[in-house]
Amino acid sequence: MKTSKSFRGLQYAWAYIGALLSLYPIFLMLTSSLKTNIQILKNPLSLPVSMSFAAYHKLLQQVPFGTYFWNSVFVSVVSVVLILLFAVMASFYIARYPFRWNAALFFFFLLGMMIPLKLGIVPLFLLMKKIGLLNSLWSLISVYTAIGLPLAVLILTGFFRTLPRELEEAARIDGASDFGVMWHVLVPLIRPALGTVMIMNFITAWNDFFFPLIFVQDDLKKTIPVGMLSLFGQYSTDLSMLFAGLTLSSLPMIVLFFMASRQFMDGMTAGAVK
Amino acid sequence: MNNTAKTPGWKKGAVHLFPIPALAVYILFVIYPIAAAFGYSFYDWKGLVRGDFIGLGNFVSLFTKEPFNHLFWNAFGHNLYYFLIEMVVQNVLAFLLAYLVFSKLKGSGFLKMAYFLPRLLSVIVVGFLWKLMLNPNNGVVNVLLKKLGLVSWAKPWLGDPATALTSITMVNSWFGIGFSMLIFLAGLQAISTEVIEAARIDGVKGFRMIRSIILPMMNQSLIIITVFTFIHAFEAFELVYAMEGSQGEPYNATDTLAVFFYRIAFGGSSGGDSVALGLGSALAVVLFIIIATISALFLYFTRNQSAQH
Repeated sequence: MKTSKSFRGLQYAWAYIGALLSLYPIFLMLTSSLKTNIQILKNPLSLPVSMSFAAYHKLLQQVPFGTYFWNSVFVSVVSVVLILLFAVMASFYIARYPFRWNAALFFFFLLGMMIPLKLGIVPLFLLMKKIGLLNSLWSLISVYTAIGLPLAVLILTGFFRTLPRELEEAARIDGASDFGVMWHVLVPLIRPALGTVMIMNFITAWNDFFFPLIFVQDDLKKTIPVGMLSLFGQYSTDLSMLFAGLTLSSLPMIVLFFMASRQFMDGMTAGAVK
Repeated sequence: MNNTAKTPGWKKGAVHLFPIPALAVYILFVIYPIAAAFGYSFYDWKGLVRGDFIGLGNFVSLFTKEPFNHLFWNAFGHNLYYFLIEMVVQNVLAFLLAYLVFSKLKGSGFLKMAYFLPRLLSVIVVGFLWKLMLNPNNGVVNVLLKKLGLVSWAKPWLGDPATALTSITMVNSWFGIGFSMLIFLAGLQAISTEVIEAARIDGVKGFRMIRSIILPMMNQSLIIITVFTFIHAFEAFELVYAMEGSQGEPYNATDTLAVFFYRIAFGGSSGGDSVALGLGSALAVVLFIIIATISALFLYFTRNQSAQH
């Protein structure tokens, strides 16, 4: 039985109106950044008459955006690498050995998925103060690594368990160590899972605003999201520069999304869809 | 041939080092802070220095002293409202969009990407972008309404206590709809096409199809979405902070428990509240208990229910 034509038409209308509402604000952000302040104030809806990158020039001159950018890259990349390394080692141990405490260990890691770490921010702040990590990018790296581990352990343990025993045994007979078995035999086989873990943690670290808001005061140690906070605080009337700042903040993630949209969508929902 | 027997003792034990880095980082930066917050809440704090043990004193102050008790219930109501609007607006629309993508419209790959794209922006970017768009004078929303002849609809969305919180929850829905949509879509795709075909042959279609065939089979997605939305709504901080500041303006009309907590613990950027770590920790503990017990109870009861099916 076929869906009637008018019903189909209605479906298309709703679907594309939805897409328009989703995309228009992002489109507006992009186009407004190419307009002058006067053009934005006079007619906020119009398209830019000519491409003007003046706002971007000004932004890069007035705000240490390059520093924010490299701080964000450093924090996100180092966190993701540490999560992958630590979670692979822990998951390999949990999934491939029959120690009797492994079930409890697994459960202990999973507990972390239910914990809103925001609520521990006061002790966390005092801890960072004590170990001298306030105003350091390492405060962010340690927190992102810690909150990324539970889900990473869940996903990687699941994948490690699916691999056949024989692979491991063959390598052991050839004299491979525990680490060798893990690193050279099993890890190459769970690449898709590693990709998932990588993407979801990269996005979290890149976009997070709460922890740097608390831990970082020094302007030269800020990541992009808190950098935006100072930009909006200082230049609240320079609209085209504000739009340029927002665009520049979002562009890296949007470009990566277009390069690997399926992996992004699978990665971000991996914790919920099993 | 026993392989492990040949391995020297220290090398055999070395495997126990594997989970140590993960455990150390996880305990130090996740478990310890949460546990410590519980401990802190029983002490009187003088600035950053821990004072005397005062038992439930901080909790008593939180629920009986002005303005804390008033602010607590005010914020609690806002969190609840946040949750309800997200359920009704964001998740219902997300389900409909997922159904549209599932109906194999032309360009469904593009549609999925379009709905999801906002989710990739930082919440602070989302907040600032919409703050510019909702500006009462030159923001796009009001300009557009006036162009369409709906002059009386144009409002100071974020400045009026009557519309501020709703505006923020709508912005949040714009941001989060793609994520819910993907989870619903995964739920839809898990339903066997045979079931749907059979119902279709029996003449079931449109909303009846959704209501009596599809929804009952998507229990799992609905439970996940509800729990996620609940936790998210009761943690709400970033968007309110970006759009209405640490005071939850106008007149605390958008204050949430997490924003209130931030203000007590770190002193708001304005208003000169002094830092009160004991009271802040008590609030964190209360919020933690709300989130943990409600999610656990919900999961417990829905599991029982779906097991009966």
